[in-house]
Amino acid sequence: MDVQQLLNGLFVGSIYALFAIGFTLVFGVLDRLNLAHPAVFTVAAFVGIELVAVGGLSIWAALPVVFVVGGLLGLVIEQVAFRPLKGRADAHFAGLISSIALAGMFIALLQWRYGPDTKRFPAESFPETTYKVLGAQVTGVQVAILLITIVLAVGLHLLVGRTRLGRSMRATAENPTAARVVGVNVDRVSATTLAISSALGAVAGALFAMNVNSAQLGMGGAIELKGLAVIVVGGMASLPGALVGGLLLGLAEVFTVQYIGSSWRDLVAFGLLFLILVVRPQGLFGTRKVREV
Amino acid sequence: MRTRRIIGTTAAVTLTLTIAACGSDDGGGSGDGTLVGEGSGADCEIAAAIGVGAALSLTGAAASYGESQRNGLELAVADLNEEGGVTYELTVEDDQTDPRQGITVFEDFTGGDTSIIIGPTLSNGAFQAQPIAQEAGVPVLAISNTASGITEQGDYIFRDSLTEAQVIPQTIALATETYDLEQVVVMYSNDDAFTESGYEVFASSLESEGVEVTDTLTFSVSDTDFRPLLTEALAAEPDALVVSGLIEAAIPLVTQARDLGIEVPIIGGNGFNNPQLMADAGAAAEGVVVGAAWNSTSDNAENVEFLDAYEQEFGGPPDQFAAQAYAAMTIIDTAVRHNCSGERDDVQDGLNNIADLPTVLGSLTINDDRDAEHEAVVQVVEDGAFAVLG
Repeated sequence: MDVQQLLNGLFVGSIYALFAIGFTLVFGVLDRLNLAHPAVFTVAAFVGIELVAVGGLSIWAALPVVFVVGGLLGLVIEQVAFRPLKGRADAHFAGLISSIALAGMFIALLQWRYGPDTKRFPAESFPETTYKVLGAQVTGVQVAILLITIVLAVGLHLLVGRTRLGRSMRATAENPTAARVVGVNVDRVSATTLAISSALGAVAGALFAMNVNSAQLGMGGAIELKGLAVIVVGGMASLPGALVGGLLLGLAEVFTVQYIGSSWRDLVAFGLLFLILVVRPQGLFGTRKVREV
Repeated sequence: MRTRRIIGTTAAVTLTLTIAACGSDDGGGSGDGTLVGEGSGADCEIAAAIGVGAALSLTGAAASYGESQRNGLELAVADLNEEGGVTYELTVEDDQTDPRQGITVFEDFTGGDTSIIIGPTLSNGAFQAQPIAQEAGVPVLAISNTASGITEQGDYIFRDSLTEAQVIPQTIALATETYDLEQVVVMYSNDDAFTESGYEVFASSLESEGVEVTDTLTFSVSDTDFRPLLTEALAAEPDALVVSGLIEAAIPLVTQARDLGIEVPIIGGNGFNNPQLMADAGAAAEGVVVGAAWNSTSDNAENVEFLDAYEQEFGGPPDQFAAQAYAAMTIIDTAVRHNCSGERDDVQDGLNNIADLPTVLGSLTINDDRDAEHEAVVQVVEDGAFAVLG
């Protein structure tokens, strides 16, 4: 096994994981599929580049700002795409469609603001440091990506498991009506959940843009299917499952390139998804019928 | 609800009619005889100004190319008009980088008194718009399209831009000689028609130069993470990487290759022939080798004069798009003077007789396929700029 390829897989996999964790959180707590999530990913990449290129921030200082911008977008998504439809009998499906519509609007606004061209961080904004790890070349940005993903995933895990807010989220996940009865402000929980989810998706987008130094309008669409694959592999509503699923997908892609051939990358990755759906439909970490966070 | 739908339909019908009316606005133009002059060649004098219509992408994705092209054309027309004898009236219209808009612009030109059409900027727009000119019998000179099949659309379609099939073999031959290439790794995006056809030319050129291809790796046009592929390439210890990809892929690919410690030359296709590469990839772009149609450092008289005049007029150096646009007017002027006539069919005949014409692109001949033939240049990135290789 090649160490360089293993690390390549881990780095790209941790971005998939971070993206998928946000996806999963909304799905787990609110039982909604938020398809505006990939648009937040894209918006964050462009905003991050603007903060560095025009605002003069360092890439590290831009990340917390992107996190906040993502959170605000999450509130917008909740208010516009989900809140007005919440009482309807077909709220699941209606929310799915309205989030797609909102995603389209986000991308259209991006195109209006930035044009259709690929955007990049200024060449001098990255630290030149590269590290040698067991004979493999690793950049500072890549190390940061892995660390940030771990910190955010652990932080979210603690938030859900140990805090009052986390308890409200778990209660809402279990049964929104019952949660309301015992005094949980379900509207606030859903707004907070979407804000946290979008903040994570936004950081993933900015990190992705840093990792490959490019942001395109289509980048969210490209990762959307992978994010869905990851949450299916991980077990639909399981946060640890999304983390492991993301890393697995990244590794599967890389080792397909190494051992089978670059043309087979997507085929193998999505073939695995299909295999898991058939063999273990509840996913690697999921349990049947019981939803958890 | 119902009323609203009726209003909508009425609006749509009205709009369609308006557009149709615009399309059939026939200026009459080319049959009134004043376009035929006295004398021939350098002595030719034509009373009326020759109408030249240019459909360029001045807004949208290809706007930066269109801007250069307009500059090149305006400079050339000003030079020719100053020379006198034959004068030109240039009309530049924006196709908004949209093939549908390109069709509208072409319809306007063919319906008016245009003797020849230049453009559109992009090949995919050209394929849609050119049949309109071919149908109407108006010659077209493509000045930036490199896709194969452009001039196959009809006997009124010409071009002065070299195709990848013309540039790549010269690039590979010179790179093989300069770097003593014995084995290379080839990478290309296999879901894009242009990069795939570029790959095919690379593969056959490498074969005829006797360079061994140890591995061929494919990626998608939307890919931006090339590290797994580059790690594979690195393991094969190639003398060079050969890449057929668009500029969107070129920049992250080159950056990541250098990050991983790949120091060998990276030979690129037409997508790499873009100053954006040095601007965005920075030092990583050093050692990128790419063929091009125009040698900015050429010391032929036409080119030296062009560089100087362009710099004075626009306050910056021209790029290949400006050079090819400028050359287009040299070619058109020679074609018009050939029969001393701006009639569409006479211009077409003149274009078929362009041989060994000195232009800013070098000595240029229009071949039997109506494609231009001239020497290409192989460039290498040195100190953040393209320098001539060899």
